[in-house]
Amino acid sequence: MKNRSGQKETFKKVLRYIRKYWIYLAASIVMATVTVALTLYFPILTGRVIDKIIGPKQVEFAAIFVILRQMAFVVVFTALAQWIMNVCNNRMTYRIVQDIRNEAFRKIEILPLKYIDGHSYGEVVSRVIADVDQFADGLLMGFTQFFTGVITILGTLGFMLSVNVTVTGVVVVVTPLSFFVAGFIAKRTFTMFKLQSETRGEQTALIEEMVGNQKVVQAFSHEDEALLQFDEINERLGDCSLRAIFYSSLTNPSTRFVNNLVYAGVAVIGALYAIRGGISVGQLSCFLSYANQYTKPFNEISGVVTELQNALACAARIFELIEETPQTPEAENAAILQNVKGQVELSHVDFSYVPDQKLITDFNLAVKPGQRVAIVGPTGCGKTTVINLLMRFYDVNSGKICVDGKDIREVTRESLRENYGMVLQETWLKTGTIRDNIVMGRPDATDEEVIAAAKASHAHSFIKRLSKGYDTVIGEDGGSLSQGQKQLLCITRVMLCLPPMLILDEATSSIDTRTEIRIQKAFATMMQGRTSFIVAHRLSTIREADVILVMRDGNIIEQGNHETLLAENGFYAKLYESQFAS
Amino acid sequence: MRKLLVYLKDYKKETVLAPLFKMLEATFELFVPFVMADIIDYGIGASDSGIVLHSGLLLIALGLIGLLCSITAQYFAAKAAVGFSTELKHALFDHIQTLSFTEIDTLGTSTLITRMTSDVNQVQNGINMVLRLFLRSPFIVFGAMIMAFLIDVKAAFVFVVTIPLLAVVVFGIMLITMPLYKKVQAGLDAVLLATRENLTGARVIRAFHKETEETERFEEKNTALTNLQLFVGKLSALTNPVTYIIVNAATILLLYVGAVRVDEAVISQGQVVALVNYMSQILVELVKLANLIILITKALACANRIESIFEVESSMQWGETAQAASGQVILAEEKERMAAAQENTPAVEFDHVHLAYAGAGAESLSDIHITVKKGQTVGVIGGTGSGKSSLVNLIPRFYDCTKGTVRIDGRDVKAYGMEELRGKVGIVLQRAVLFRGTIRENLLWGRKDASDEELWEALSRAQAKEFVEAKEGGLDAPVAQEGRNLSGGQRQRLTIARALVGRPKILILDDSASALDYATEAALRTAIKELPGDTTVFIVSQRASSIRHADQIIVLEDGEMAGLGTHEELLAGCEVYQEIYYSQFEKQNAMQN
Repeated sequence: MKNRSGQKETFKKVLRYIRKYWIYLAASIVMATVTVALTLYFPILTGRVIDKIIGPKQVEFAAIFVILRQMAFVVVFTALAQWIMNVCNNRMTYRIVQDIRNEAFRKIEILPLKYIDGHSYGEVVSRVIADVDQFADGLLMGFTQFFTGVITILGTLGFMLSVNVTVTGVVVVVTPLSFFVAGFIAKRTFTMFKLQSETRGEQTALIEEMVGNQKVVQAFSHEDEALLQFDEINERLGDCSLRAIFYSSLTNPSTRFVNNLVYAGVAVIGALYAIRGGISVGQLSCFLSYANQYTKPFNEISGVVTELQNALACAARIFELIEETPQTPEAENAAILQNVKGQVELSHVDFSYVPDQKLITDFNLAVKPGQRVAIVGPTGCGKTTVINLLMRFYDVNSGKICVDGKDIREVTRESLRENYGMVLQETWLKTGTIRDNIVMGRPDATDEEVIAAAKASHAHSFIKRLSKGYDTVIGEDGGSLSQGQKQLLCITRVMLCLPPMLILDEATSSIDTRTEIRIQKAFATMMQGRTSFIVAHRLSTIREADVILVMRDGNIIEQGNHETLLAENGFYAKLYESQFAS
Repeated sequence: MRKLLVYLKDYKKETVLAPLFKMLEATFELFVPFVMADIIDYGIGASDSGIVLHSGLLLIALGLIGLLCSITAQYFAAKAAVGFSTELKHALFDHIQTLSFTEIDTLGTSTLITRMTSDVNQVQNGINMVLRLFLRSPFIVFGAMIMAFLIDVKAAFVFVVTIPLLAVVVFGIMLITMPLYKKVQAGLDAVLLATRENLTGARVIRAFHKETEETERFEEKNTALTNLQLFVGKLSALTNPVTYIIVNAATILLLYVGAVRVDEAVISQGQVVALVNYMSQILVELVKLANLIILITKALACANRIESIFEVESSMQWGETAQAASGQVILAEEKERMAAAQENTPAVEFDHVHLAYAGAGAESLSDIHITVKKGQTVGVIGGTGSGKSSLVNLIPRFYDCTKGTVRIDGRDVKAYGMEELRGKVGIVLQRAVLFRGTIRENLLWGRKDASDEELWEALSRAQAKEFVEAKEGGLDAPVAQEGRNLSGGQRQRLTIARALVGRPKILILDDSASALDYATEAALRTAIKELPGDTTVFIVSQRASSIRHADQIIVLEDGEMAGLGTHEELLAGCEVYQEIYYSQFEKQNAMQN
């Protein structure tokens, strides 16, 4: 029941999108009506011609020619109306799809990071791409077939009634049978299809796992076991697929059989009437072609209904994304951070990702302009959490973070983030040229400035060697660039705007020594006179820091400088011992 | 496609019977207008209601037989198609497992996965539909034409003209639009790329407040896609109206010819109705056929892609076959095996080894020459791309060296059977991969019959005992696909434990402690050093601290050995090593130690 009302809701939302294109919808409905009316008129004309062809030397050629000419007009107009209808449907559907995609994308841009971190990218992408596509298919099919279907049924009914009531009765009584048959089969096969898609999912998961990690499988000589496991699922899938495919394939022959029954019924009863002179042969032939036309939309509509339901389910998934609560909007009179000195203060900050799992509690930190803060701790200790809070990717649960004495929730996100330069270890580059990527922070930078920044970050030499230098197009996520080169580019990006505060992530292991030295040098240049937060791995960085934050399991457990922390002889001291003084 | 047809061989009967029954069904369908003509000419014409009823029963009988034939056909078609895909998937899975790393690298795992899943499904679907429709539709089209000829040759000529014309138009539009659909696909890919980029780069985009620009970029791509879709849509929207015009123009012509022939007393009124009916049957079937052809083209493309996987053969031959090739080799190897028992045979030996990957221009390893004694620990260090992983991958023979020989216990790795060699060597790969199941199931990959005690021992050595114990269910704690429910460090430690369970003679850790903090890594190193027996250990790392206590350290640069010796020796004489070391440890710090 709930499901049904949910569908209704979704349908209403779909209607909202359609409203903008009501003119296409109206045109489509008008054209559908014209098409159907003309299509139905054609057999009548055919029947009239047939009635004029009674026997040898009894053919009224003059009358026939008149009708044939009418028929030709009807055909041309039908085709034209059909084409306009198709084009209108196409236009409406694809425009709606475009609108929905745009809206979904705009939503992605303002979703809280929490949503993006909490959902797999594949899932969100599949909503924007696959679901919208499926929705479009359903919508298009729905419009073209549903309308013409319904109008055909009604039109045929009207025409038939006007010719002969009894024969019409036969058609009306028997036809719904095919509906029942189709519905009956669909209901029975639903569980089979569900089982099939579940088993198929299971198999895909196994394939992804085993084939995706084929190297490990081979390293452990695990091939035979993997094949056994695969065969077991494969057999099961084969069984339930056969059942699902076979039973569902019964629909067509069964409904066709019902159609044949209708046809036979009309033929017999119609012929009996004709003998008594109730109707003419031409009218009978017209009836027969109606009998075909009348049952076809019934069969199609049952298909369309499942298709539409499917489309609605997809639409619901898209709306779920579109209606997701966006990040907290900017405060009403949000100030713009200007001339930032770089004083950062965290007071009584509480934060956790999940409500009942405490992470950071009552954390206090005061950073003076130009100071360096090193964040240290074992992997997975939650160093990114600090970055998330500073950049306001996430909001604190309680307490506050201030920059130059202003609560960051009271300034615009744009101005806050503008004042931070961020270089993460997980580099991200967009498709486009090297230059596009560098000027992200300052689109108006001149070539000289770009090159100067690249030189300062030691990226110039490798960029120069690329086939087209700064105009080299790089593919998704940096394409063929090495990890180190990507990081150098990200540094150049920050180097170009050089904001007063920095968030840096030192390289751990994936970068070779020489590049690492370069990155280190670039970091040093940037940090001069700027407040910096560094996720640190190198002893020198840590020792030179004004404040060291020691993190473990998401918590900040110690705070101080190198000397005081060593004197404390706590976790930091232990870490230091194991890492550098072995 | 032809090669894949072998997987239909167990379903020969079904493959023949399915279309046969479909054709039977079609035949009965073709009789319907004939019966109808009888009703009109003899029933109505002669006012004989007996004939009408009789013919009506005949129509129902025809429908019933058609139904039975059709159901039978559907069953056989489904059975053949599903059976085919089941066998195909089995063979494909089996085949992929025999591929060596070289082939897997060239093909790419994501490709292999799509081939096995969506491509096979498409082919299955294609076969099912072909068996059902491919013969039926042309049969009805031509059958209808033949029936028309039976009625009247002159009238039948209308069919002779119409059918080819229809075929040309329907397939012509298809030919034009199909490449356009490919363009639409490319447009969709661009939209997809923009979406994904904005998810992966959400932090950076927001840090640089590029939201508006990104939205514009997206909308631009989206509009391009929509325009393309509209253009293609406009073309393919032509199909229906055009076929409608042709078929109905033919009907008009048919009525005219029919009128003339009836006037000449060649055919009857009922037969004209029959001719018109045949014409509309053709229209229905042609539409079906057009859809079918789209499906077949897709299925064929998929089939070809699958076939290309089968054509890839493993480039490796394993021990057994190599031995069978020459009897003398066996003797020589027996001797070597005897020698292996002796203490002083080196555990691992690289004898002037070179390696160039398939398709690569330059060698990844050149002239590597090392001898490693049993029980030694070997450190391998160097920058990214210097060939560290390539070097250790040669030991379990993931790749074959292009020149030189790799020997284990004095015997060429190529002379070993696959299981024997891989049982001897335990390797922990860079990317820590676990499989869906429980922790125990994952560990048992190392050795199937290991006891719980042995598992715990391995876990404790891999510094994983603590967190496994803390997990609900302990060894039976669930592991999600790829081990996603575990942290990077936990995964790495479990993969190390998995290798240890197999009690390998040679243990290779390929940068597999990178996600561990220094304290844990140090403890791990100590535990591995204390492994019982003469386990030879290779440690690949970028951290000098991880390997400085090794018995031998290999320093690699651009695939060449830039140094070989102990930490002290290298620090004294190897420039590359010095550079690496001092970049990680400051000079005075190093001096203190």
